[in-house]
Amino acid sequence: MRGRIVPILVSLAGACLIGLLIYGVSTQSTSRTLDEDVQRGDFPLAPEAARALPRLSGGGSDSLLAYRGEVVVLNFWASWCEPCQEEAPLLEKAQKLLAQHQGTVLGVAYKDLTSDSLAFMRRFRLTYPNLRDKEGGFASSFGTDQLPESFVINRQGRIVAISRGEIEQRFLNRAITLAEQT
Amino acid sequence: MSRAAPGMGAAALRAALALALALALVPALAPARATAAAPRVSLPAMERQLMCVTCKIPLNVAESPQADREKAYVAQLIGEGRSESQIRSALVAQYGAAVLGLPGTHGFDIAAYLVPLAVVLGLLAVMLTLLPRWRRRARSLAAAGVPRPALSPDDAARLDSDLARFD
Repeated sequence: MRGRIVPILVSLAGACLIGLLIYGVSTQSTSRTLDEDVQRGDFPLAPEAARALPRLSGGGSDSLLAYRGEVVVLNFWASWCEPCQEEAPLLEKAQKLLAQHQGTVLGVAYKDLTSDSLAFMRRFRLTYPNLRDKEGGFASSFGTDQLPESFVINRQGRIVAISRGEIEQRFLNRAITLAEQT
Repeated sequence: MSRAAPGMGAAALRAALALALALALVPALAPARATAAAPRVSLPAMERQLMCVTCKIPLNVAESPQADREKAYVAQLIGEGRSESQIRSALVAQYGAAVLGLPGTHGFDIAAYLVPLAVVLGLLAVMLTLLPRWRRRARSLAAAGVPRPALSPDDAARLDSDLARFD
């Protein structure tokens, strides 16, 4: 029995390492739970709503919780992302309509250089508020690892629609209608 | 005039001494200037130490718009004459610690530090357990006078022929 202890211990250590690897891979992969909930009509609460992110234009921080009571189009973007450049004018147009009905577009610059993000805002004359998610932790809680991605959040802070990819006017219309009717 | 000559001589001597001192200091100052200019950071060296934060691979092999922006930013910081540590700090301020490619210190990431430590400790424990046992066995075999296995005639002949080639 004594002679078998070492092989048994080595095998156990190997099994632990493999278990650790499997756990690591499964926890690091992107979660799509929000999409499934929204598809089922469960409308989950927006995650990490209280997480404070620095304002892109400087001057303190802000969180999603501060917009509770408003219809929010949460948009993750980066200055180098071409589809983000395509949709920026649409978002700015939507902002003008949303602002009339207690709604807003809330941009979140994802792992982007501040100077580039600010140049992007100037270039597209964005007037809606923008935050910085420099490490991508906030985006990750929404299952976002590609850009652009957008989420419509109702006045109760629940996600009612998700667009993973460049948004279409139809998606924005849904948010505008929600703002007008609630 | 006669009193001016010694005065001028003293002035000339002082000027000569000052010149000699200045010439002596030139080599001493030259390396200082060279040292100040020498540690210029190279872009490839920095790229090897950094990560593309969206593609999650080293910056020197990454090819993506994000990687291009990071490389351009590093090049800009090098152009501004920043040191390696200043460049690292500036990148961490922009992208977070993930840009350094080091595992985090909380959650699952801590396994990156603990697992190698546990493996080393485990190997040490195995060595400490097995080595005395092997030594005891070797000693007991030697004490018992167990004969070592003899070479077969074929092996002995091959060994002789191999050794003969070195004669």
